[in-house]
Amino acid sequence: MISVYYFGAIALVLIGLYAILVKKNLLKILIGLSIMETGVNLLLISVGYVSGRSAPILSEGIGPSQAVDPIPQALVLTAIVIGVATTAMALSVAILLYEKYGTLNVEEIRRLRG
Amino acid sequence: MVVKRILAIISILLIGYWLAQGLAGVPFGQDKMLVGQYYLDNVKQQTGAVNAVTAVVVNYRGFDTLGEVTVLFIASTGVGALLWKKKKKRTAKTEGSVVLTTGTKLLFPFVVLFGAYIFIHGHLTPGGGFPGGATIATAFLLLYMAFVVYEIPHKAFEKTEGLAGMSYVLVGLIGLAIGGYFLFDWIWQTWHFGTENIGRLISGGFIPIIYTIIGIKVGTELSGIIDSMLKEEVSE
Repeated sequence: MISVYYFGAIALVLIGLYAILVKKNLLKILIGLSIMETGVNLLLISVGYVSGRSAPILSEGIGPSQAVDPIPQALVLTAIVIGVATTAMALSVAILLYEKYGTLNVEEIRRLRG
Repeated sequence: MVVKRILAIISILLIGYWLAQGLAGVPFGQDKMLVGQYYLDNVKQQTGAVNAVTAVVVNYRGFDTLGEVTVLFIASTGVGALLWKKKKKRTAKTEGSVVLTTGTKLLFPFVVLFGAYIFIHGHLTPGGGFPGGATIATAFLLLYMAFVVYEIPHKAFEKTEGLAGMSYVLVGLIGLAIGGYFLFDWIWQTWHFGTENIGRLISGGFIPIIYTIIGIKVGTELSGIIDSMLKEEVSE
């Protein structure tokens, strides 16, 4: 059996993927992309977790042997920022598409059939 | 339509099964650390920071973070370039409600203060330059939502952003001059500044300095993204 955190991460990725595959509205597709990203972040964080240990902030009572892996958390910090950047770019492309075609439906936008 | 949906569900189930199969071999909650344990063991002596994540982000992998800041800069430039129009104005018609305007007037300085708190204490508590900068941008988003005519001071913001980016590289170059490699932690490794108060504010080498720079840069950049997304083209 896989852990409930892995299950949640996979479920989030799949929900996002379903939105990307099935939805027609460009904004909903972007929301699906963000949900997928959250799933990947949750997966990375839960891979770095060690049972019974605390956050990697070495304060009183938490020595180097009582903290979880700091590297996945650092990577996820990077991933979140990059995710914000790509989402902003995608949203501005969506704004431009709406200005040009007057719709966000990907089937009605010419040369962007999905 | 229905066929497409069924195909999507089938392929999603296949991918899910495949992912679950792959992850079944990765034990949850076990100690899998290789490099992480080294970082945890040496973080206090080598960087002076208590928060190991911050030490990894800013100190051990500072070059990566410089690239990350560059990506954010490119994204904000890209948003500005994509949404560029000859003449753009705020087109919102209605002021925010009384609750929103009064709340914004009251909360704005405290939200900015909280953002500054987050990025200054990056080496001690969870958080750092990126969440702190995002919090500061939230304060400006509040102003945009509450007042129809409000715009950020563009000139000052662009200059601040450029200066922050330049000073990040400058801090790295000072490290190159003193220690022999880019982003060498000169404050901690050479001067041993703040050795006796690890866990207090004045410690952590150049982590608070770099996170302050990153916080200012991220805050101004995200405010710029909000600005270019909220304004619309007006015809003369």
